[in-house]
Amino acid sequence: MSEQRQLRLVVNGEVRTGQVEPRKLLVDFLREDLGLTGTHVGCEHGICGACTILVNGEAARSCLMLAVQADGAELLTVEGLAREGRLHPLQDAFWEHHGLQCGFCTPGMLIAAYDLLQTNPTPTEEEIRAGLSAVLCRCTGYHGIVRAVQAAAECLRGGEE
Amino acid sequence: MEQFTPKLVGARVKRREDRRLLTGQGAYTDDHRPSGLLYAAFLRSPYAHARIVRLDPAAARSLAGVATVMTGEELARLVKPVRAGSNMRDYKTTSWPPLAVGKVRHVGEAVAVVVAESRYLAEDALEQIDVDYEPLPTVADAQAASEPQAALLHEEVGTNVLLTRQFAQGEVDAAIAGAEVRVRERFRFHRHAAICMENRGCLAEYHAGTGALTLRSATQCPGLLRDVLADLLDLPEHCVRVVAADVGGGFGAKSSLYPEELTLCAITRLLARPVKWISDRREDLLTSTQAWDEVVEAELALRADGTIVGLRAEVTTDIGAYSIYPWTATVEPVQTISFLPGPYRVPHYRGRTRGVATCKAPLGPYRGVGRPITTFVMEGLMDRAARRLGMDPVELRLRNYIREEEFPYKTPSGIVWDQASLTACMHKAREALDYEATRQWQRQAREEGRWVGIGFATYIELTGVGSAIPVSPGMPISTGTEAAFIRVDPSGTVTAAFSVAPQGQGHETALAQVVADALGVSFQDVRVICGDTAVAPHGTGTYASRSAVLAGGAAILAGRALREKTLQIAGHLLETNPADLDIQDGRIFVRGKLERGIPFREIARAAYGGLRRLPKDMEPGLEVTRFYDPYYGTASSATHVAVVEVDRETYEVKIHRYVVVEDCGRIINPLIVEGQVRGGVAQGIGAALYEEVVYDEEGQLLTGTLMDYLVPTAAELIPIEVHHLETPSPTTLGGFRGMGEGGTIGAPAAIANAVSDALSPLGIEITELPITPERLFRLMRGTNELS
Repeated sequence: MSEQRQLRLVVNGEVRTGQVEPRKLLVDFLREDLGLTGTHVGCEHGICGACTILVNGEAARSCLMLAVQADGAELLTVEGLAREGRLHPLQDAFWEHHGLQCGFCTPGMLIAAYDLLQTNPTPTEEEIRAGLSAVLCRCTGYHGIVRAVQAAAECLRGGEE
Repeated sequence: MEQFTPKLVGARVKRREDRRLLTGQGAYTDDHRPSGLLYAAFLRSPYAHARIVRLDPAAARSLAGVATVMTGEELARLVKPVRAGSNMRDYKTTSWPPLAVGKVRHVGEAVAVVVAESRYLAEDALEQIDVDYEPLPTVADAQAASEPQAALLHEEVGTNVLLTRQFAQGEVDAAIAGAEVRVRERFRFHRHAAICMENRGCLAEYHAGTGALTLRSATQCPGLLRDVLADLLDLPEHCVRVVAADVGGGFGAKSSLYPEELTLCAITRLLARPVKWISDRREDLLTSTQAWDEVVEAELALRADGTIVGLRAEVTTDIGAYSIYPWTATVEPVQTISFLPGPYRVPHYRGRTRGVATCKAPLGPYRGVGRPITTFVMEGLMDRAARRLGMDPVELRLRNYIREEEFPYKTPSGIVWDQASLTACMHKAREALDYEATRQWQRQAREEGRWVGIGFATYIELTGVGSAIPVSPGMPISTGTEAAFIRVDPSGTVTAAFSVAPQGQGHETALAQVVADALGVSFQDVRVICGDTAVAPHGTGTYASRSAVLAGGAAILAGRALREKTLQIAGHLLETNPADLDIQDGRIFVRGKLERGIPFREIARAAYGGLRRLPKDMEPGLEVTRFYDPYYGTASSATHVAVVEVDRETYEVKIHRYVVVEDCGRIINPLIVEGQVRGGVAQGIGAALYEEVVYDEEGQLLTGTLMDYLVPTAAELIPIEVHHLETPSPTTLGGFRGMGEGGTIGAPAAIANAVSDALSPLGIEITELPITPERLFRLMRGTNELS
């Protein structure tokens, strides 16, 4: 089709490189070229939020970005949340509070929650609901998700003290 | 029968599925990339109804990276068309070719497929396919479709009315004519979409050397697909394997055979390379089976004291363009008249239904099938009757529920309810809500000019259906059994395989709880495998609130059989009568002498260790397959209560409280049950307030994105309060009743009744869902509010 472009970026703390067509979506690059299939494609029009990742520390929808736009960026995907085999407090809390059923929205939901707690470590329930409203879940009714984020926020605050 | 004594069953066990799903290690269909993989993209019709005059794939075929382009005519030589048959008398069987042949019947119907080295290239090639369509008159809705001069979708059957059916009991017309109170209404339930967060998709692989075909699919029914694919592709069934590993939601929309699955299987055989297709959201909205789209005209008659004497209803269902396999187009319209009387004693009843083909996506089963609308209709009529009679809606319901002593109770459509906690659920709901205090609050709020209301809905649901009743009327295949295959390895770990295939319901955890209890081993030692026909015994899949009952029952039977053999081997090794032995937590011991025992893994080793360590004449090995058929099935029930407020400025409906009291029998895992209830309620709230599939008069889908089709977000929902009664089913092994669908059944009715209650001072009653601000605005225009 068109010429390939060279790409170099940091994903979950590791330097990764690749060659892509300029039209290739970032989420397709993550999944197909880097084998990071944890980030999911749910709508490809920026509504469902399943593909949410952190780009340079901020939540972004990887279905609305081209891979070439992420050249030089630092990315965090769901695969990067657990460290040395230990789950992130958000992952633990989602598990404990049944914050997932089919698991398809979960990667995007976790990253959105991570982003929320990064900017607001002490959210009210209403703020959590508003903050997560950019990711759709069809299974849980959000009940367990909201409880999980509350619990994780508390745990993370405790960890800092 | 020996007592089933649960230990893990009933425990709030954290799901073992979760670790992989939380860390991005799930295995959804799109996560598989076998070497040599090709990607498929489908060319879809922009017309609702049109003849295909010319279709030229030559330019697309010549593009670099394109492996093949196939048209409907070409594909028809490789596969039989899908014909969803039914033994129902007034049902007309129609054909559904996997790619359109001759004409298209709805926007989005596939007319050709491109297979290429990447999805990007495949989509490039779609643009190079030249198609000339000759538009035919659009058959836009069920009313237009039933007119005598309407254009026909399926000319060969001579009508768009593909089915009619009636259930009747008693003398309904006379009973209604003689009744003291009659309430009559026309209810409209619009089209609904399941919106699984994972779009449909599949990956087909053919191994030319062995002749083995493997289809990985985002499906609820791998077993069912395997059977039908072998038939339609003319393959020996033992060469066909269907795998549904992790599946991102289903809700009924992934329970039918789809054209893309058939197409990919045919093409992979031709090319001997793996081919994958993952639908994008627009394709999913255009082609996944949709739900409901019904008009119900119903009349309920009562005595002055509130006792129901009769009910009659006419149902018209817009079934879309095709009858889906295996459920057929009967599934929604017939279940609607079958379940309409609901939890009430209705001595005289007549329900008539018809399913009419139109130029829309096919209608299929969706969470609750038939019951969300029957509950909306029946509970709506009950509230209207209560207002007419000046009775409290709770009292009216309590007066008419099927009473405890009347179970087993046979309904006018012939279904037998084994038992249900109707009155008990309502009592507990009233208490959980604090009904009197809430009514008091409502009176005060009304005095302040606020529009606040309380709505109740009770349902009874047939679950865990066995072989006595087809899940869908007249369906020629049986869905009444499931099986468990359990193998104890020589090391003492246990593998249990099932044909049920979850999409988030946590079978790997719940069924492991059941197996561990039945066998007497620890939870950690049991691994459950679902959704792979190569390892599972024969079965169909996960749908119709059946898995806990059928797979759970099979797990108990298989677990008990292995337990018995384990005790026999242990008796031999311990030189004790097996009847004096017990198993707990992976250890076999003499009852009353805990110290005299043997670890389970010793028995497992002995089972495979040759006859020296086994009783004489005992067959070596420790594995078993057991089938379970609950025959009639059982019933779950619940009462839902919604407390809502309508905003006087925006007409937005805000939910203040939502209470569920349910009885799903013995609970395997409360964590999972509550998750299912809350998720179901969320979908029901979506149906009540936000979600609607809209087609225009030309059959164009106006809700083709998630910006147009509105699914509730966390911000629209509130915490759902869930309370359980736990009455073991008297008819199923383990006492389980199915419960995956229930939340969606109760919620639309409860919300609608609450809004009607809120607006009752204005004389407004809800007859149409979803209750959007625009619909409320239009209703208000008829009142003084806006004049």
